[in-house]
Amino acid sequence: MKLILFYLRKLITIIKNEVLTLPSRVAVVLFFFFILLLPLFTDDTYILRVFTLASIFAIFAASWDLLSGYTGQMNFGHALFFGVGAYSAALFNVHAHIPPWASIPLGALVAVGAGLIVGIPSLRLKGTYLALTTLAFPIILLQGVVFAFPDFTGGELGISGIAKLSPTRFGDYYIVSVLMLGLCMIMWKITDSDTGIIFHAIREDEIAVRASGVNTTRYKLLAFSLSGFFAGVAGGLYAHFMRIAGPSTLDVSLSFQAVIWTIFGGVVTIYGPVAAVFLLYPLLEFMHFAQEYRMLMFAVIVLISLLYMPDGLFKWLREKIEKECPRCKVRNIAMRSTCRICTAPLD
Amino acid sequence: MSLVIDIIISGLISGSIFALLAIGFSLIFGVARIVNISHTAFFMVAAYCIYAATNYLGLNPFAAMIIAIVLVTLLGMICYKLFINAIREHEGAVLIATIALGMIFQEIMTLIFGSSFISVPALIEGYFVLLGVKVFYQQLLTFGAAMFVLAILMLFLFKTKLGLAIRSTAQDREVANLMGINEAWLAMVTMGISVGLAAFTGAIVVPLTILEPNMWLPPMIMMMAVVVLGGLGSLKGSFVGAYILGFAEALVVFLAPMGSFLKGPVALSIMILVLLIRPEGLFGVYFEEER
Repeated sequence: MKLILFYLRKLITIIKNEVLTLPSRVAVVLFFFFILLLPLFTDDTYILRVFTLASIFAIFAASWDLLSGYTGQMNFGHALFFGVGAYSAALFNVHAHIPPWASIPLGALVAVGAGLIVGIPSLRLKGTYLALTTLAFPIILLQGVVFAFPDFTGGELGISGIAKLSPTRFGDYYIVSVLMLGLCMIMWKITDSDTGIIFHAIREDEIAVRASGVNTTRYKLLAFSLSGFFAGVAGGLYAHFMRIAGPSTLDVSLSFQAVIWTIFGGVVTIYGPVAAVFLLYPLLEFMHFAQEYRMLMFAVIVLISLLYMPDGLFKWLREKIEKECPRCKVRNIAMRSTCRICTAPLD
Repeated sequence: MSLVIDIIISGLISGSIFALLAIGFSLIFGVARIVNISHTAFFMVAAYCIYAATNYLGLNPFAAMIIAIVLVTLLGMICYKLFINAIREHEGAVLIATIALGMIFQEIMTLIFGSSFISVPALIEGYFVLLGVKVFYQQLLTFGAAMFVLAILMLFLFKTKLGLAIRSTAQDREVANLMGINEAWLAMVTMGISVGLAAFTGAIVVPLTILEPNMWLPPMIMMMAVVVLGGLGSLKGSFVGAYILGFAEALVVFLAPMGSFLKGPVALSIMILVLLIRPEGLFGVYFEEER
C-alpha cells in the first residue's frame, strides 16, 4: 500500500515538474488522450477509419524519419518496405492461413530482409545517388515481380480475401492506434539512445565517425533494418485493415508521401512526421466536398508552409513556444525570463 | 532484319528524349545542387500547352511549339524565383517543394483537360519504308530536332562565356563565386535553360505519345536512372547513359512483346548493376565531400 502511494506521489511530482512545465510535453500527453479516448466521443465508422489509416501512415512516416532523417541516408523508395510488408503479410495469411498477430511480424521480418538487400548495395552510394537509386527498387519489385507473376501476387488487382484484423471496428482502431503509440515511442527511444547519437553523427560527418572507430556500415545497415521493420509493420497492418494488398502499396507516390509528411512536420524529430500525418491525412480526407481540388490544395499548403517554415511546421512551432537555456541546455517555456533549473537568464 | 531496324529507331528516339531530359536535369543539379523532381512536369505542361494552342486557338503546330517553349521557360523561372530560391539552403525542403510543384502541375492539368487520354496530330504526316519497316517522318523529325538541339547546347556550353560560367560553377561553386560569377543570377538562368530543354522535349515528343496528366512520372524515373547511370553532373555521362537505357527499353519491348511491362525494371536493374561496380556512375567524378 505504502509502495503504491510512493509511486503515485512520484508520478504526480513528475507530471507537475516535468510535464506541465513544458507545452510540448503537455501536447504529447493530450495527443495520447485524444487517440485513446476518440472512440468514446464518436462511433462514426468513417472518422474511425480515417484515424486508423492515419495511425498506420504515422508509423510509416516515422520509420522514414528514423532512416533518412537520422542517418541522412535519403531513401526515396520507402514504399518498398511498406509494400513488402503488406504483400508478405497477405501471402502468409491467404496461402499459409497464418492469423494476423503472426503474419504482421513475419511480414515485417521479410521487410527487414528487403531492407538488407537494398541496404547492402546502397551503402557504397551517397546523397543524391542513393536517393535516386532507392527510388528504383519498388518499381523493379512492382513491375518486375508483382506484374510478372500475376497468379501468385494477383497482378494489378492485388491480393484480396485477407483476414480481418479484429471482429469490430473499435478493435481495429485500438489495435492500430495502441501499436502506433507504442512503436513511435520505441522509435523515439532508439533515436534518444547511444545508437541514435551515432545515427546523428553519421548524418553530420560520416568520416569523423569512422575516424573515431565506429563501424558506420554496421550502423547504417542497422538503420535500414530497423526502418524496414517498422515500415513493414505498417504495411502489414494496412493489408489486414484494408483486407487488400495491391500495387498501390509499392507506388512511387507513397514513397513521396512519406518524404512530404516527414519534411513538412520536421525532419530528425520522430514527433514531426507523426504530427504531420495526423494533421495532413485527416485534412485531406475531410476535404472530400472538393474532390477535384484536394490534391491541389494539399500540394499548395505544403509548398506555402515550406516557404515560411523550411525546417518543418512542428519544429518551428516548438521553437516558438520553448527556449533552450544557454547554460544548462534544459528546455523552458518561452514566457519564462530565467531558466527553471539553473536560473540563468534566458535571452 | 526489320526487327533490328525497329529496335534501332525506337532506341534512338527514346535515347534522345532521355538525353535531352537528363542533360537539363544535370545542368540545374550541377549549378545549384537542386534535385528538380518537377523537371518532367514542365515537359508535361509544354505538351499540354501545344495541345491547347493547336486545338483551342487554332495555331499552326510550329507556332504552338515556340509559344509553349517560351511560356514554360518563363513559368520555370517564375517557379524558381518564388518557391525554390528562398529555401535553397534546405536540401530536404527543396526536394519536397519540387515534388509539390509537380503535383500542382499535374492537378491543374487534370482540372483543365481532364484525366482522359489525348493525342496530338503529327507535324508531318506520312512515312517511308526502309527494309520493310515503316519509318514515320515524325520520328525522323523528332530525332533530328533532338540532335540539333543537343549540338547547339554543346556549342553553347563549350564555346560561350555563359557556358563556361555554368561549367565552372558546376565544378566548384565557391571558387566560381570568387572569380566574379554572379551565382544567384546564373542559377536562375540555368533553371531557365533546363526548363526550356524540358519544354522542347515535350514539344517534339507530343505527336509520338499520348497526353495524360500522369505522363510525367515514368520519364522522371527513367531520367533519374539515366543521370545516376552516367554520373551526376557529367554531360557526357548523361548522353551515353540515355542511349544505353533507351536501347535497353527498345530491346525488351521488341524482343519480348509479352513482357513489355518489364522495360522499366530491366533499365533500372542495369543502372543498379553499374552502380554496384562504379558507385559514381559511368563518367561521374567522385566529388570531394562538401562540408
